[in-house]
Amino acid sequence: MKDMGRILLGHEAFDELVIGNTAIARAMVESGVRVVTSYPGSPTPEIAEAIRSMPADERPMYFEFSTNEKVATEVAFGAALNGRLSVVFFKSVGLNVAADSFVQLPLMDIPGGMVVLLGDDPGANSSQNEQDNRHYARMSYCPLFEPSGAADAYRMFKKAAALARELRTVVILRMTTHVCHAKEKIHFDSWNPAPPDDEPLFDPDYTNYIPLAATVFPMKRRALERLAAIEARLPSLGFDELVDNGNGQRGVIVAGLPFASVMDVLDDVALGGNTPGNEPSGARRPDVLRLGAVYPFDRAAVRSFLQTHDEVKIVEELDPILEGDIKALAFDAGLRCRITGKRDIDETMGECSPAKARAVLAAAWPDLFPAAAIPSAAPVGAIGSVAAAIAALPPRPAQMCPGCGHRSAFHAIKKALASGDITIADIGCHTLGSLPPYNMGRVLLSMGHATSTAAGLSVFNDTRRAVCFMGDSTFFHAGLPGIVNAVYNGHRVLLVVMQNGTTAMTGHQDHPGTGRNFSGDAGKISIRAALEGLGVSNIREVDAYQQAALTAMTREALEEPGFKVIIATHPCMLKFIREARRKPGWSARRVRIDQETCERIHECVEHFACPTFQREADGTVTVNPDLCIGDLSCRQTCPAAAIVPESPARSAT
Amino acid sequence: MREHFDIYMSGVGGQGIGLLAELLARAADHAGLAVHGCDTHGLAQRGGMVTSHLRLGAVRSPLVPDGGADLVVSLERTEAMRAAMTMLKTGGTLVWYDAAWQALDVRTGQHPPLEAADVMAAAKAKGAATWRVLVDDLPDSRMQNVAVVAEILRRGLVPGLGRAQVEAAMADLMAGAALEANLALLH
Repeated sequence: MKDMGRILLGHEAFDELVIGNTAIARAMVESGVRVVTSYPGSPTPEIAEAIRSMPADERPMYFEFSTNEKVATEVAFGAALNGRLSVVFFKSVGLNVAADSFVQLPLMDIPGGMVVLLGDDPGANSSQNEQDNRHYARMSYCPLFEPSGAADAYRMFKKAAALARELRTVVILRMTTHVCHAKEKIHFDSWNPAPPDDEPLFDPDYTNYIPLAATVFPMKRRALERLAAIEARLPSLGFDELVDNGNGQRGVIVAGLPFASVMDVLDDVALGGNTPGNEPSGARRPDVLRLGAVYPFDRAAVRSFLQTHDEVKIVEELDPILEGDIKALAFDAGLRCRITGKRDIDETMGECSPAKARAVLAAAWPDLFPAAAIPSAAPVGAIGSVAAAIAALPPRPAQMCPGCGHRSAFHAIKKALASGDITIADIGCHTLGSLPPYNMGRVLLSMGHATSTAAGLSVFNDTRRAVCFMGDSTFFHAGLPGIVNAVYNGHRVLLVVMQNGTTAMTGHQDHPGTGRNFSGDAGKISIRAALEGLGVSNIREVDAYQQAALTAMTREALEEPGFKVIIATHPCMLKFIREARRKPGWSARRVRIDQETCERIHECVEHFACPTFQREADGTVTVNPDLCIGDLSCRQTCPAAAIVPESPARSAT
Repeated sequence: MREHFDIYMSGVGGQGIGLLAELLARAADHAGLAVHGCDTHGLAQRGGMVTSHLRLGAVRSPLVPDGGADLVVSLERTEAMRAAMTMLKTGGTLVWYDAAWQALDVRTGQHPPLEAADVMAAAKAKGAATWRVLVDDLPDSRMQNVAVVAEILRRGLVPGLGRAQVEAAMADLMAGAALEANLALLH
């Protein structure tokens, strides 16, 4: 079995099949990165997994999961002030949390150099939006580079980190979901570690670090001059790539993963030309200018590309940022090249997959591709056309796992609510409670918003009670200010802290309430004690599996004035079962439906809706043995008491 | 597009699509094929639809185009049907393990349960060769992914991929009793 941690610390050059996130971890090693911080969020957590795989005593860097992205940014900044090359990484929307500190970084002189590694999420695969973080680069004057694949990310990280260190500044490496997770065989260079120099170098006399009124302007000037200096060096940095197909008429400008999409679909241009009878009129592959440096971009190279092509199509994922800048450049230079960018709203949405790149290019140049084969409209069964058949398939959104304590909690809390009561979701696995059949938590903004949004919903509202949900990791991440506010301003809100003892949705990372940090044991911060310290006097605690007790205490709490908290605790059962399976003597437990007793009420399958329960065509309910973990949280939900442990009977977990 | 072979994998979070994808990718690498791929991460473990893309040959993007998969490998009935209809190319091949993890709409009675014949009909509409896998005495349901890999080898469904490469890939990824059990399943 390959030991990825040892491989990543190898001194010799090697080739390995890895995803982009793993490649980044090796790039950090080779670059001499000394401090890495993060808050877990898809698509980036596998970077931490790769770091964790390295033997702790040989790991060349310090790593921590900080309490949120802003804190992580500040820790990395502080380390870089002392001369340590530092990296902070997080998901797209993490930059919003970090923004208050992040936007100041380009104003600073950072001796160690710093890389902000972003996992943007075009297509909103696992985020609440698909925001284009290139906007942040522009507003803060922070250089931004954009790899187009896993191997490219590895090479680009090393150049970007070296540049940041040399210029004593911060740079962004903007990856996207399918760059982070792109898998390919990468050639890794050798690594010749030098003994680290950990001398604390912070020197407030060397330059000013306090942006205050007039002192802001020299700092801003320095940031802008640095951008110009970086732009001047771009040709030698080799971030960009010109694909010369000898086409003086048509060119494409593209950046990031869409470069791979464009290159793949342009292969079809030649194929079409080679297919007898299927030859498009005069189609030739356009030339392609791929920008790896997106902010600043190499204006001289772009100007030259515009000058040597009659038409240039900008294929840009998400927002028309390059488009605006390139059109302005052409206008200022008086160029006659016809530049086209986004045609409609759809071109501003979603990932630029090969299919989308093809559609975008075909819309710009209808003769580019051979007439595509018309998708078969053959009937499937009795359902009709293929499209109708696909639409008729039952969707399969993510759902809470078998045995999830959140399911029990939602099932119990729902019984205590009146029809008009308002439930507010937050971010985490419990967001899945917003889906049918639970419909618990009907509005979502961001990490930690729930208490304050609930507070607003309670103003001028004495009839519809506000109940909000929050996970334990989110509680520490961004939940505290809203709670303080609810106490301070006396909002009539019930907060249910859904405590599962981990950061579950992103892959079971520890948080301040678990008693462990990335490096080992740590002081456990009790949520109850934290609440009490913040002045919350009305606190109840219950195991989320104790549904009758939870229903009763929800009813009580909703009658009480002011701010109330219920801490509903049950360990994440996905994590629990995974760990239990590894222990000696473990044996699987399950429930079964006693068909003699079952009255086909369907409470288990329709309302409690653990995915374990399956409904046969005749209305019989069965248990899927692949899914059931025998946690017994379902047993109390059956009015006919037909859910029984499979013999030999065992007690609940 | 240049010569390549596209594989699209699908199933439900928790079925082991990630291991399936890594196994096939590493086996292809051992066979000397150029490999590009991409898995679903994040929400994947939470019982939703999970997919993985694997492209063998001279391509750049890790994403299999819609309707472009030479081979669809699925671990679940509904997801096999969905993938066959959306991702399989006309005249491609579908190999699937016939586990049925009902989607919510089926469990709540809004949609009738799918039958294996529905999957066959969907594949037939694409003119696809179809291989259904179901092992009665599988020691652990988490080995359904390897049962499908065994079928892929038995039928020679991935050009250039043989038993030796899959075994080497397994040895890269597992050890001890798990390795032995999965190797045994391959034979």
